[in-house]
Amino acid sequence: MTAGTLDEPIIPGADLRATRSWRSIKSAIMTGLMTAAVVVVALPLVAVVGAVFSRGSRVALHGFPAFFVAEVPLIARKPGPGMGPAILGTLLATGAATLISVPLGVMGSVYLHEYGGRNVFSRVVRFMANVMTGVPSVVMGLFIYVLWTLHFGYSAFGGGLALACLMLPVVIGASEQMLRLVPDHLREAGYAVGASKSRTILTIVLPAAIPGIVSGALLAVARAAGETAPLLFAVGSASAYNPNLFKEANTALSLQIFGNATSSFVPAQDRAWGAALTLVLLTFVLTFVARLVTARFARRR
Amino acid sequence: MGFEDQQHPHTDGRAPVVVIPTPYEADRPRPAASLDRQVVFDLDKLEVFYGKFRAVRNVTMQIFRNEITAFIGPSGCGKTTVLRCFNRMHDVTPGARVAGGLRYHKADLYGDKVSATEVRRRIGMVFQKPNPFPKSIYENVAFGPRSKGVRNKSELDAIVERSLRSAALWDEVKDRLKTSALGLSGGQQQRLCIARTIAVGPEVVLMDEPCSALDPVATAHIEELMRDLKNRYTIVIVTHNMQQAGRVSDRTAFFTTEVDSQFSLRTGTLVEYDLTTNIFSHPQDERTERYITGRFG
Repeated sequence: MTAGTLDEPIIPGADLRATRSWRSIKSAIMTGLMTAAVVVVALPLVAVVGAVFSRGSRVALHGFPAFFVAEVPLIARKPGPGMGPAILGTLLATGAATLISVPLGVMGSVYLHEYGGRNVFSRVVRFMANVMTGVPSVVMGLFIYVLWTLHFGYSAFGGGLALACLMLPVVIGASEQMLRLVPDHLREAGYAVGASKSRTILTIVLPAAIPGIVSGALLAVARAAGETAPLLFAVGSASAYNPNLFKEANTALSLQIFGNATSSFVPAQDRAWGAALTLVLLTFVLTFVARLVTARFARRR
Repeated sequence: MGFEDQQHPHTDGRAPVVVIPTPYEADRPRPAASLDRQVVFDLDKLEVFYGKFRAVRNVTMQIFRNEITAFIGPSGCGKTTVLRCFNRMHDVTPGARVAGGLRYHKADLYGDKVSATEVRRRIGMVFQKPNPFPKSIYENVAFGPRSKGVRNKSELDAIVERSLRSAALWDEVKDRLKTSALGLSGGQQQRLCIARTIAVGPEVVLMDEPCSALDPVATAHIEELMRDLKNRYTIVIVTHNMQQAGRVSDRTAFFTTEVDSQFSLRTGTLVEYDLTTNIFSHPQDERTERYITGRFG
């Protein structure tokens, strides 16, 4: 074993095999611990996805695509498909929520980061947005129930409003973070060729931040799609297709999971598993498509 | 042309303090006496504050048309701060304030009705670190003209080609105009930034240490380009490299820091401003002499 010291320097061409020191043992222990931590974190995730797939696929894939198309049976104790109206309802409510919260959130974050900066108003707004991320979703549902549903009745749009309240702070936070990552020298370069501030933001800062903003928005959409509590008050319940965003009670996958899973009939419980699988697949497809779109965006530049 | 051929016209008997090799010196026209030169910037006791802190004080000088003026001096002496006054870049720095006189062709740059955007279209800037937009090469150059309202495709094409040719970059990128500017080398990116600046059709090009992030070959490229651009533009360059100032500039301004020991504040100020050959052969101020001979503090 060679150890270089001041008195006895390492000779070139000497033994280059690794020396077993306390340092290398420590490194091995820490690596082991971290691998263990990853496994512990991944286990519940794998278990949940596995359970949803194994129990849900039996129902959902039986007589494909009946489960994804047929209307919800009116008599819960009888077996049979489907979740068609719930898929539509989820898409309507989540879509409305996205259309409301993403433009508002992005514009808000542009104000906060590019214009407001550290002034009192933007500090207050930023603080409130932070607080709002911690508000339980049922409170958002109640809020919309009082403000909207009591006046206009059940509709997918009411659910969308409640989900938008939930998504807004997430979108604001993520977008502002992304704007912060756009280096100032790009803004200066814009100003230096005589572009106005608004033009610099629209044509340089936002395009540079867009991949990150889309990721943030996706996270918010995925979270909103699975929310039950805000929809309970605002959407009502329906078992037939209701393509009208603004009128009449609707339904959603999360509501169907909740309703069917709490039923005492086995066929209904099976449908809940099927609905859960449908929701997982829907979120997966949405995320995948959005990723593809952003990747195309990024390559264009 | 060998260095031994060179005559130093300002030695007149006295030995020069330092001899900076300036191979192009004989080629370029002597800057004329300041009287018959058109004044582009007229600074009168210019001061810049960051909040309450006075970063620069008492800068009085004139910058002349179609010349290269170099700002040299140690770090923190206010060279960049003064440069950024010229195109109102301080507008976007919170707390920055400019006082004293700063005239651009007799118009007050910091006047009430002056639009910073209009100023920056006439006075462009190239930064220390090459900062192309994360867009294609074409879009980088077309950005400025588009901001000005040029929409016509063929007109834009012509501007892009002309600007890239002026920046000596056209031959290297003409087949890849639609690819990302971030794929270019550092030196190419900096020339792209120069092309982007002159695409707007400015009168003045400000350069803030444009070569400090580049290797000697790319630096030589940029310097050659500057000599070329001088015929059409007025150039002000901040540089840490005294040899560079000696090689490219017509006039040199030496800035330094004055330390107020009472409050331990460091304020930059202009020490000496003269023809580059004078500054480097026999500077008038002792501080300039110590700096250019490398015996500074």
